[in-house]
Amino acid sequence: MSTDKSRKYWNPYVGGIFLGLVLVAAFFFSGRGLGASGAVKSVTVAAVETVAPEYAENSAFYQNYNASHKGGPLNNWLVLEMLGVLVGGFISGALSGRLKFKVEHSPKITSRRRIIFAVIGGILFGFGSQMGRGCTSGSALTGMAVMSVGGFVTMAFIFGTAFGLAYFFRKLWI
Amino acid sequence: MGPLIIFDHISPFTNLLLAFIVGIGFGFVLESSGFSSSRKLAGMFYGYDATVLKVFFTAAIVGMLGILFLSLFGWLDLSLIYINPTFMSSAIVGGAIMGAGFIIGGFCPGTAFCALSIGKLDALAFVGGLVIGVLIFTEGFQLWEELYKANNMGIPTMNEVLNIPRGLFALGLIIVALAMFWVAEWAEKKFPREEY
Repeated sequence: MSTDKSRKYWNPYVGGIFLGLVLVAAFFFSGRGLGASGAVKSVTVAAVETVAPEYAENSAFYQNYNASHKGGPLNNWLVLEMLGVLVGGFISGALSGRLKFKVEHSPKITSRRRIIFAVIGGILFGFGSQMGRGCTSGSALTGMAVMSVGGFVTMAFIFGTAFGLAYFFRKLWI
Repeated sequence: MGPLIIFDHISPFTNLLLAFIVGIGFGFVLESSGFSSSRKLAGMFYGYDATVLKVFFTAAIVGMLGILFLSLFGWLDLSLIYINPTFMSSAIVGGAIMGAGFIIGGFCPGTAFCALSIGKLDALAFVGGLVIGVLIFTEGFQLWEELYKANNMGIPTMNEVLNIPRGLFALGLIIVALAMFWVAEWAEKKFPREEY
């Protein structure tokens, strides 16, 4: 536990304080909190409209989406914010010597198995974040900071379900 | 005074620029806290690494208090900030599906982008999955539209539901969080694992 490697990461409480301050800054500047899944949605909608414009024009969902997102999906606060996340994560990784292409997995499973489960987990999270109107960042964390009932409920069900299912997927991680 | 964009203190372009800068801070903090490692994130659910709980709840409390204090100083108008609406059915179902995705995939969307930025290929696979998941939702929207819009409760906040002042709810949450941190420190000692 207390090897040299463990000192590479920040103290989690310090990290939490800085993350909270970033969240407050977002509210002060823009009147809104952090988010991640919304950016994926914007880019996905933009991609569908580019690849299959006729199809998107005739779909009720895309019409609704465009009516509520003026200026096109890429002219979007969350997309810019997530591009920033890629830059910020890269800078932190570079400063700490963590830039490396790798598939991280438990020694009990293969890289291939890890990738398959990562895709399945991503599909579930992508779908769930749309159903729940936001993910861990946009609904749970930001929702909690503004005391939203929905934010607390979503947070409880994300962590509760993950705890409840942890036993069945333990070989993936430990 | 704040939110700056709503009072026209900044232009829409500056607002997007600030989104990018906020994102850099977000990504930097996530990566520095170890959220670019799926095994570290998953450790939360086996007791060997409670970093997620500590960072997440500390951030929620600091965010909550920060917003309250800015409002107290008159620097942020709470009636103008976005508060997540509550659709009870979809919050529960969506949250449960996300929880399954978390323990199976090892990331949530924000942490996946953070991990992708330092070259984690499992994060790239997770992000690919996210796109597929979003597409399934949008393409099949009519199938779950009813569930998505069910039990619309408006934008209730916890202090309103409990009928207590905002500050008192914040104090209660701080006490709950401190109790959880204590349990987390205990669990990490009981189920030690090496760092990933």
